[in-house]
Amino acid sequence: MIRSSIHCIIPVAALCVALATPAFAAEHTVSQKSKAFSTKSLNIKVGDKVVFRNDDAVSHNVFSLADAMTFDLGTYSAGQVKDVVFSKAGTFDIECAIHPDMKLTIVVAK
Amino acid sequence: MHHHDSTSRHTDLAESTVRLRRRQSAGAVLAVAALAVVAALPLSTSQAGTTPDPWLRPEAVPAPPDNPPNDARVHLGRVLFFDPRLSGSNAVSCASCHNPGLGWSDGLPTAMGKGARLLKRHTPTVVNTAYNPIQMWDGRKRTLEDQALGPIESPDEMDMALETLVPKLSALSEYRALFEAAYPGEGINSKTIAKAIASYERTVVSGLAPFDRWRLGETHAISASAQRGFEVFQNQGNCTKCHSGFNFTDNGFHNIGVNSTSGEDDAGRHAILKLPSMKGAFKTPTLREIAITGPYMHNGIYRTLEEVVEHYDRGGDTKTNLSPDMKPLNLSAQQKADLVAFMNTLTSPPTVVALPRLPTR
Repeated sequence: MIRSSIHCIIPVAALCVALATPAFAAEHTVSQKSKAFSTKSLNIKVGDKVVFRNDDAVSHNVFSLADAMTFDLGTYSAGQVKDVVFSKAGTFDIECAIHPDMKLTIVVAK
Repeated sequence: MHHHDSTSRHTDLAESTVRLRRRQSAGAVLAVAALAVVAALPLSTSQAGTTPDPWLRPEAVPAPPDNPPNDARVHLGRVLFFDPRLSGSNAVSCASCHNPGLGWSDGLPTAMGKGARLLKRHTPTVVNTAYNPIQMWDGRKRTLEDQALGPIESPDEMDMALETLVPKLSALSEYRALFEAAYPGEGINSKTIAKAIASYERTVVSGLAPFDRWRLGETHAISASAQRGFEVFQNQGNCTKCHSGFNFTDNGFHNIGVNSTSGEDDAGRHAILKLPSMKGAFKTPTLREIAITGPYMHNGIYRTLEEVVEHYDRGGDTKTNLSPDMKPLNLSAQQKADLVAFMNTLTSPPTVVALPRLPTR
């Protein structure tokens, strides 16, 4: 509860109200710039949404082949935004298919 | 005697690094003085003296913690690299395709495999692979240690089973001594063979090219055309989207729309990573020594750098799954010539590579 309200107030309160679904889903943003993710690790809860924003001059392709849930956001260019709702708990190794040096670990707790 | 060529290269680089450091400290002093006068000095200018030049090769060559190089390891690696008895036919060594006289490649559009059969991809140069976090056109190998055994075992290439190779080398006392000196107590096995070859390959690094001397402050080390070419390279040419940093690669995988030369589609990275964007994507190669490592592209479709520039200028040919970062460039004839002039400045001075005497008993 506390965690969820912190995440809502700090970014954009109005947006969070609009997006607030039954649970206490939070939204996290990860930027891609200079061929790197803005963070190397992220701890979230089941049902949270992660927004992957491409702030780079080049295209990226965020994906994960984690056992719990695989996803592939496909190639998208500078300025574009894609998101993933993490519906399963577990540890997700996130990479960019185009740039294997880009790595991010997301730990999704129940 | 063991690594004559690499020693001289290291010395060149060490000297240039000293020069660079001198320049940096002079720059730092100037920057401090200037700051006192002009408070609004741009950050990039005031920091220019202290940040390492991203276009210059770092002096240190990375190596995994369980295989730090030393003279004995490099020497053994060199012996193995040039020994044709590492192949099933006793006729093909690593150096057959990675020929130091041909930029550590083979000068062919695609590699010539077992029985003189042509394979489907161009032989990548060994130069600066030490810096690659991922190896091969399709990235199927991570480290040089992983990579070294691939061509030896491949039935299309050297076609030598490791269970045959290990006793073959072990039968020669000179090899036993070389392995014992390099990896005491570890014996002759696939691991020590791979580690030794990788150690030798880590000495195959680019030397001080005219481009580097220019970056270090030698104003006339490259022509005005090449200097303009470097501007095109970074801007309208779009080249640094992939060919970035001192090794001129992002170590990434891109479909750049190269036509097939065989009539068959090459899946590229998609054979390893089954994501749609990886169909026909290949790893960005280094541009170091590019003038002497042609023909170009993963299938060697182009004989000259001029043809390569034309390929990018028209935004690639095959549009299926083309990277969105590929687009027509509309370069002028002068810009194209400048780009080629720039790429020609990435060739380091020729070095003499010492051939080792191979064990015979």
